[in-house]
Amino acid sequence: MRYNPAPALTSIIRLSCLLVLSILPHVSRAESIHIAAASNFTGAMKALVAEFEQASGHKVHVSFGSSGKFYAQIMHGAPFQIFFSADQAKPKALEKSGLSVSGTRFTYAIGALALWSSKPGFIDSEGRRLRNGNFNKLALANPKLAPYGIAAIEVLESLKLKQNTRSKWVQGENIAQTYQFISTGNADLGFISLAQIRQKNQSTPGSVWIIPTTLHEPIRQDAVLLKRGEKNRAAQELLKFIRSEQAQTIIKSHGYQIPSAKI
Amino acid sequence: MNFSNADIAAIWLTLQLATTVTVVLLIIGTPIAWWLARTQSWLKGPVSALVAMPLVLPPTVLGFYLLLAMGPNGAVGQLTQSLGLGTLPFTFSGLVIASVFYSMPFVVQPIQNAIEALGNRPLEVAATLRAGPWDRFFTVVLPMAKPGFITAAILGFAHTVGEFGVVLMIGGNIPGETRVVSVQIYDHVEALEYGQAHSLALSMMAFSFFVLLALYGFRRTQGTSHMKYGA
Amino acid sequence: MNRSMPTNNTNHNDKLIHARFLFTPPSASPQAFTLDVDIKIPGTGITAIFGDSGSGKTSLLRCIAGLESADKGELCVNGDIWQDAQTCLPTHKRPLGYVFQESSLFPHLTALGNLKYAMKRSGKVTSPDFYEHVIDIMGIAPILSRNPHQLSGGERQRIAIARALLIQPQLLLMDEPLASLDFARKLEILPYLERLHASFNIPILYVSHAMDEVARLADHTVVMAQGKVVAQGSLADVFSRIDLPIRFHEETGVILQGKVVERDKQWHLTRIAFSGGELWVADGDDELDQSVRVRILARDVSLALSCPDNSSVLNRLRVEVTELNDDDTAAMSLIRLKAGDEYIIARVTRKSVARLAIKTGDLLWAQIKSVAVVR
Repeated sequence: MRYNPAPALTSIIRLSCLLVLSILPHVSRAESIHIAAASNFTGAMKALVAEFEQASGHKVHVSFGSSGKFYAQIMHGAPFQIFFSADQAKPKALEKSGLSVSGTRFTYAIGALALWSSKPGFIDSEGRRLRNGNFNKLALANPKLAPYGIAAIEVLESLKLKQNTRSKWVQGENIAQTYQFISTGNADLGFISLAQIRQKNQSTPGSVWIIPTTLHEPIRQDAVLLKRGEKNRAAQELLKFIRSEQAQTIIKSHGYQIPSAKI
Repeated sequence: MNFSNADIAAIWLTLQLATTVTVVLLIIGTPIAWWLARTQSWLKGPVSALVAMPLVLPPTVLGFYLLLAMGPNGAVGQLTQSLGLGTLPFTFSGLVIASVFYSMPFVVQPIQNAIEALGNRPLEVAATLRAGPWDRFFTVVLPMAKPGFITAAILGFAHTVGEFGVVLMIGGNIPGETRVVSVQIYDHVEALEYGQAHSLALSMMAFSFFVLLALYGFRRTQGTSHMKYGA
Repeated sequence: MNRSMPTNNTNHNDKLIHARFLFTPPSASPQAFTLDVDIKIPGTGITAIFGDSGSGKTSLLRCIAGLESADKGELCVNGDIWQDAQTCLPTHKRPLGYVFQESSLFPHLTALGNLKYAMKRSGKVTSPDFYEHVIDIMGIAPILSRNPHQLSGGERQRIAIARALLIQPQLLLMDEPLASLDFARKLEILPYLERLHASFNIPILYVSHAMDEVARLADHTVVMAQGKVVAQGSLADVFSRIDLPIRFHEETGVILQGKVVERDKQWHLTRIAFSGGELWVADGDDELDQSVRVRILARDVSLALSCPDNSSVLNRLRVEVTELNDDDTAAMSLIRLKAGDEYIIARVTRKSVARLAIKTGDLLWAQIKSVAVVR
C-alpha cells in the first residue's frame, strides 16, 4: 500500500489559511513599525511606547543600542523607520546622505549629566570630591563615541580639572558600561546620564551631583523619520505623539529636559 | 596602512599582553593539563568543564563576573586590597588575569592531548633509567609532547590577541594600559573612522590567517614525522 | 671474558632475591587476578618467569621494578632492601635495568642518544672498556647514529638491552623482550641474549611464555598460574614434573645437561653422555668435552617393554616409571621416567598405557625420536 500525502497536505494548507485569516483583520486595522533608540533613552522609550500602543493600537518594535552602530546599520539598509539618536550629529549626517525625510529632524530630549557614586555621602551637591581628588577612578563614557562623554569632558574643562583627573579616567564604551563600572564599585565615581539612575529606581542609590547645565553644552538628542517610514502612518503618529504634552511629561519624569522652543 | 600613534600603542600593548598571557598560561596550564591527562579522580570532569567554559560562555559574562569579583567588594578584590595591591580592573595585570582565564582552554587542551597521546610507557622507561620526576618531565615529556606545547602557545597567543569582550568589560580603555587593538578597532568603527578601522582590522585578519597557516603547516610536518612512541 | 658488575660484598652463596607481593591490578577486566607471591630466587644467573598470558608474570616484574604499587610488598635484592612495610624505593631509585616487551627507545633521541641517557644517569663512571664491551656484545656499533624509527625491531631491542646494561644495574628485568618480534628476528637476537648471560654477571629475571626461549636461556625457572607461583627450581627439576596444575601441551618436555664425548665424522653425529645414558644428535659445532644442554619433548618419547633392536630410532634409554598423570586431552597420558639421576617425560595414549599395563616401578625402554641441543 502506498502512502498518500494528499490528505495531510490539504489539512495543513487549510490550517494555514485559517491562521492567516485570523491575523489579517489586526494587520489592516493597526500597523507595526520598527524604530531604533539610543540606549540612554531606554526607560523613557519603553514608557512612551506602552502609552502609544495603548492609545493607537499600533505595534512598535524598539531596538536599543549605541547610536554609532545604528548609524552604520541604517547606512547599510537596516529596516528602521524612526531613529532616536543620542546626539545631533548622526541624524544630521543621515539627513545629508538622503536617508531621512528632510524637515523631520527634531530634538526630542535634552540629556542631563550627573556625577554619581554608588556610595552614599561620597558626593556632595557641589562636587567637591572631584576637586579634592580623593577617589580611585573617575568613570566616563568614551568622548569619541558618546555625547555624555563629550559633556563630561566639557564639565572637567569648565572646572579646570581635566589635566588633574586624566590619570584616573576609565572609559566605558557607552554610558551603560560607565554605569556598570560605578555600580560595581570599581570606580568610586563617574559621569552618567541622570536618566540612568532615575530609571533604575525611584530613589537614587548612592550619592549624586546633578551637573549644572552651565558647565557643558546641552546634550541635545535628535530624532529623525527615515525614508523607510515616510509613508507609514504609524511612524508619523508616533512622532506626533512624542511631541505631545503627555509624552513630554513622561520624558521629563525620566530626568530629561524638553527644548523650550517647540518646532 | 596608516596607523596613528594610538594604533601603534594599541598594537604594542596587545603584543605585550599576549606574550605575558602565553608565558603565564604555559606555566600554570601545564600542571593542569598534566593532572587532567593522568588523573582518575572524579574531579576530572568538573575541572575539565571549568577549564573549557570560556569556549562556550559569551566573553561579556566572564568579563562581568571578573569585574564583580575583582572589584572592591568582590572576593578577589578584597584579597588584592588586603595584600596592598589595590584592585585589578582597569590595569594591565587585571587584563592578564582575565585573559589567562579566557584563553586557558586553548592552552590546556593541546597540552593535555599531547600528554594523553604520550601514554605512561615513556615515563616508566625513563624511571627505569633512573630519571626522577622533574628529569622525566624535561627530558621525556617536554621533547616528546613538543608539538602540543607549540600548538598551545600559538593558540594561546592568537586567542589573546583576538580577545575583545572581556577587555571591554574590565579594561576601561586606558591608553598604554588596557586599550588593546580589538578595542581600538571597536572605537574606530563606533566613531565612524572606517579608514583607520580597516587598517587595523585587515592587519588583524592577516595576522590571524598567517598564525593559523603556520599552525596547520607545523601540524602537517609533525604529522608526517614520527610522533607515535616507538612506532 | 667475564666482567663482573659492581655488587655488594655479600658472599656469593647467599645471593638471593626475596620477593613478596600482594597486588590487585586496578583494571576491572574479566580475567582479573590477584598477584600473591612469596618467592626466593637465586641472585645470580637467568631466572625465567614462565606462565601463560594473564598468569601475573609481568605484574610480578612490574612490582619488582616499583612500576606498580603493591598493596603489600617486600623486596630484598642480594641483601639490599628495596621495599618493605616502612620503605618503598621509587622506580628511579632502584638499581635495576628493565627491557620492555615492545620497543621502548625514546623516539626523540638517536640510538646513541638513548644509550647516553642511561650512562648519564647510572650514577657511575662508564669505563670505555665496559662501554665497548656492551656495544660489541650487542653488535650495535654500525647503527648507533640512527634514529629509532630507522631501526628494525630486533635492532631496537638490542639497543634497548644495551641501554639497560649501561645503567649498570644490580638486577636486570626483561619482560618478554622477544615477544614483539617475528620468528626470524627472534632467532637473530637470541644469540645476543646468550652472550649477555655469559658476559655479564648480573642476575636476570626473564619473563616469557615461550618454552624455547626459556629452555635456551634460563638457569632457573619460576612457573606462575593465576597470580601464584606453582613451581620453581632448576629447569631440569621443574620441567620434568608432571604433577603441576598447568600443562605445557605440545611443549611438554625436559631439559638435560650433558657432555660431548664423541664426534663421529663418518655419520656426522655427536654422542652426548649424561647420568642416564647416551644420546646421539646431529653433529653441530660443539667441541669434545663441552657441556651442552639438550631438550627432549615428551611427544618424541615412545615406550616399549623390551629393547626394540629393529627400530630406526637411534636413542634408546633404560628407564623406570616413577609417576603417571593425565595430560590436557582425555586421550593422552604423561609418564615420568627416571634415567640415571635424571628424569624424562613420555607423552603416550591412555590406550597404550592400558594395553602395556604400565604402572609405577616398571622398567621400560624409552625410544627418543628427536633430541634438540638448545645450548
